[in-house]
Amino acid sequence: MSEEKHLMQEIIPIEVSELLDRVQDMKEAGYRLGQLCAAKAGGQFHLLYSFDKDCALTNLKLPVKDGEPIPSITGVYWPAFIYENEIQDLFGFQFKHLALNYNGKFFKVAEPTPWNPKQKEG
Amino acid sequence: MSKRTIIPFGPQHPVLPEPVHLDLVIEDERVVEAIPSIGYIHRGLEKLVEKREFTEMVYVIERICGICSFGHGWGYCKSVEGNMGIVVPDRAEFLRTIWHELSRMHSHLLWLGLLADGFGFESLFMHSWRLRETVLDIFEKTTGGRVIFSVCKLGGVRKDIDADGLKEIVKLLAGMKAEIKELTDVFLEDYSVKNRLVGVGVLSRDEAAELCTVGPMARASGLRQDIRLDGHGAYAKLAFEPAVEEDGDCHARCKVRVRELFQSIDLITQCAESMPDGEISVPVKGSPSGEFVARMEQPRGEAYYYSIGNGSKFLERMRVRTPTNMNIPAMVKTLQGCDLADVPMLILTIDPCISCTER
Repeated sequence: MSEEKHLMQEIIPIEVSELLDRVQDMKEAGYRLGQLCAAKAGGQFHLLYSFDKDCALTNLKLPVKDGEPIPSITGVYWPAFIYENEIQDLFGFQFKHLALNYNGKFFKVAEPTPWNPKQKEG
Repeated sequence: MSKRTIIPFGPQHPVLPEPVHLDLVIEDERVVEAIPSIGYIHRGLEKLVEKREFTEMVYVIERICGICSFGHGWGYCKSVEGNMGIVVPDRAEFLRTIWHELSRMHSHLLWLGLLADGFGFESLFMHSWRLRETVLDIFEKTTGGRVIFSVCKLGGVRKDIDADGLKEIVKLLAGMKAEIKELTDVFLEDYSVKNRLVGVGVLSRDEAAELCTVGPMARASGLRQDIRLDGHGAYAKLAFEPAVEEDGDCHARCKVRVRELFQSIDLITQCAESMPDGEISVPVKGSPSGEFVARMEQPRGEAYYYSIGNGSKFLERMRVRTPTNMNIPAMVKTLQGCDLADVPMLILTIDPCISCTER
């Protein structure tokens, strides 16, 4: 049992072009997908992909631009469909080759893309 | 040739305490596909970071769920404390661990009751919830609240439990052991209960790993996966080994939770016996300016708390990923091929919390 694992924070910045290869590498190295989320910090959107192996946490941080399609990782980690659909509904980003696409009908929100209001105008 | 029919299951259904909808594609009495949809109770709680100061957000996060509310509060505090480099006193970590394990008992006893209600064993349901009352009484005595008690704050906890109080908790829990044993023997050994659970909804070890399953659902399929092993709180100082079963069926998921009830009593007793002296909180100065991902082992499994600060009193983002979120794909998988009559049992043994999932 490690006393320090919960304090370890590895956040690796990556580019869209290398996303699928990096995620595939994580899968082959035996990592489990922990979560995927979108966030806006300092006026810039990013996605955070979290992976776990034996309680050690590794995160991939992907900056994204409005309107830029993002490759879906459901071909590597199928359960990611939950997060990618959530991000589509709440942030308005689109995922390419999403294995199970609810097309904006996964969350029933009162107004479209509440975390990214600019998308409403488009 | 069998005809395919789609049966809508939920969002309102007698076995569902919260709304989730499933389109069940069936051939005769067998489910061939299940398509979930959620979103009926999305409250946008994460969005409130824009309107609540980071010190106040703990009250919002606690309200994500009425069962694991303490764990959510602790997870939020852990994330912001990690973000700000705050070192919480040992005594506060031990107290947090006690309340968190009591919450696990509260959750598992509540779940056992719901399961019993689901297969129509009403007296078993009532006994499960009767025992749960003792846990709620301990909450009330130590914090003042029974469901949401706001005792966790940034930098530590608000209330202490003195030596007499700890002794009383240990005595109460020791007294509960025999009653829990009597209750859980029925869940594990009774013929009619086993008839509904054994061999139903089997999720193999490989499938559980592939579907990134978490919590009792993963452990019932043979995965030794528990975030308490990362040593947060007091766990690094306690003797602890996750409860793991191999069969992967509804009965194995029940067994894991039963074993965790006794394990929680043991962990609380260990905490009470080795409670360190000292402060229960440290002052919090400044505002968070970095990012930090914290994790907790909630009663239903691993939860994530991702905070981003910008040096102001308002966080830029607070993300909470709850265990049910990660177990929905496994639920969809196990429903494929099951009998229509087993669908309620299968959904119940995942212990879905839709309030948590939708936030």
